Amino acid sequence: MRGEGLTADSSYVRSLGLFIGVHRRLSAVSFLLLLMFAGGPAPAAEPQRPQPLKSGGEFSSSELRALQADDFGNPGMLWVVRGEKLWGEAAGRNGKSCAACHGDARQSMKGVATHYPKVDPGAARLVNLEGRVNLCRERHQGAEPLQYESEELLGLTAYVAHQSRGMPVNVTIDLQNRKSYERGRDFYYARRGQMNLSCSHCHDRNWGGRLLGETISQGHGNAYPIYRLEWQTAGSLHRRFRSCLFGVRAELLPGGSQELLDLEFYLAWRAGGLPVETPGVRR
Amino acid sequence: MVARVQVPQQVKRGELIEVRIAIQHVMETGFRYDDRGRAIPKNVINTLVARYNDTEIFRAELGSGIAANPFLQFYTVAEASGEIEFSWVDDAGEKGTEHAAISVVG
Repeated sequence: MRGEGLTADSSYVRSLGLFIGVHRRLSAVSFLLLLMFAGGPAPAAEPQRPQPLKSGGEFSSSELRALQADDFGNPGMLWVVRGEKLWGEAAGRNGKSCAACHGDARQSMKGVATHYPKVDPGAARLVNLEGRVNLCRERHQGAEPLQYESEELLGLTAYVAHQSRGMPVNVTIDLQNRKSYERGRDFYYARRGQMNLSCSHCHDRNWGGRLLGETISQGHGNAYPIYRLEWQTAGSLHRRFRSCLFGVRAELLPGGSQELLDLEFYLAWRAGGLPVETPGVRR
Repeated sequence: MVARVQVPQQVKRGELIEVRIAIQHVMETGFRYDDRGRAIPKNVINTLVARYNDTEIFRAELGSGIAANPFLQFYTVAEASGEIEFSWVDDAGEKGTEHAAISVVG
């Protein structure tokens, strides 16, 4: 029965570019689930989270970890402070600030970032913190959306996410976001670029190993926006995705695109339980 | 331009205190080129001055070798309550200031 399961599943797995190792992990239970969903496009075998879950900071040098832990020395805090100022400033036609609706972010935004990305009921689409800020600007402030990766948007998202620091990432898959989860997962396991590598090749199979001078992390998004020394500035998770896409010589998808949003959602599920670290400091 | 200054809030007279400042700045070296091959003009914070109750206690001249978002730290003796005020200027002529209050007891 187990053998049949492998046979039945193999074409799908191959189409995703998964490794043979994942085949072996298919249990009898997942085979039964597979039968239940037979005919549907989605596979029953859910991918695994890395064990044990390790935040990207654990692969950094001790100096870098100390820099992140120092609330003054952490250069990412400059963006948090920037966001704090913007939070209280009125914007747009309606002359409202974030604080006009949300009050003190230290209370109202506590734990909010742990549930993102989430589906906005009005817009009926998946939004991350960046998308949420821009929806608020559009709906309540009557302001132009902020450009992805702009200093203002980095500041506001860093400030909001910072309010959840230390709280575990916690997104749950439901009917609204299941499609995003599946697309994100498929993106994660699909080979791409001239290097013909998937995210999984590095971040599931080889975390802890070396890639030139770097230690490969598990690829979690729990510390974003981060201050990255290579960038000499703060950057969003989507900018980091683009760095990875560049590394495997794949098409550079724009920040905020649906593909990257879905991937962000999948990674949030995959990082479930890791504490938010915003603003993280990475090499 | 965002900057943060950190001093101990309350100290004893004569105590050695640690003063720290972090400034958000690109510190463009002048050695880089953009996508079209044009040189990106040098723009660094060239001078930074700290005054403690209007007395200059620290001065730094920065150059291309300083990383973006410079972070400086020095020590001074707490003599009287008041303010430590930083001011700086970059090559583009943009000026910035930031200050922190200090309360000396004893």
